[in-house]
Amino acid sequence: MNRYETVFIMTPVLSADQVTETVEKYRALIIANGGKTVHEDAWGLRKLAYPIQKKSTGFYHLIEWEAEGSAVLPFETEFRRDERILRFLTTAMEKHHIAYAESRRDKSNRKAEPKQEAEVVVEMPKKEASTSEEKA
Amino acid sequence: MADKKVRYLKSIEIDTKAERYCRFRKKGFKYIDYKDPDFLLMLCNPQGKILPRRLTGTSLKYQRKASQAIKKARHLALMPYVADNLN
Repeated sequence: MNRYETVFIMTPVLSADQVTETVEKYRALIIANGGKTVHEDAWGLRKLAYPIQKKSTGFYHLIEWEAEGSAVLPFETEFRRDERILRFLTTAMEKHHIAYAESRRDKSNRKAEPKQEAEVVVEMPKKEASTSEEKA
Repeated sequence: MADKKVRYLKSIEIDTKAERYCRFRKKGFKYIDYKDPDFLLMLCNPQGKILPRRLTGTSLKYQRKASQAIKKARHLALMPYVADNLN
């Protein structure tokens, strides 16, 4: 099993429901290819540094996932066929990259704790994980 | 006569005191994140070009990683390929 990190940009034309639907599609695809998602991060609507397909904004989404190397190619071909996707980038994570990503997650969790939102923050990912399993 | 002429066996120490160092090596970086465009902008000139090693003092190992990170960030439209007034 290797760990991969995929960032993709969706067109700003989509509604909030369509965004969750597209993300759900790729989440299911990872599981269908015998992998699992480790972490997810929706960056939301962001301004692009330069226009892509005449669009100046896009929905960014990051998925960290684990699978065999053979799962990457079908995953990426699906991105190429999808008209809702402006850009995508998959990177294989080496040990320093994984350590960096995990330490960053710990930091953001620790920052959330002093504001007494820790309980909410901890509960949220569990809910998401359980719903994703049910849907998958 | 001869000993009044000033001669230098070594080059004069003017403006050579500022030691160059690799910022990544000094701070113990292991990985350079491509998702952090604000940081990567420090390694670019106002046109968005990657600054050479001889100006930033970065070691070769980290220059390679930094340039890869910048190219990834450009692909994801986090940083511009061409710009007018960055920094």
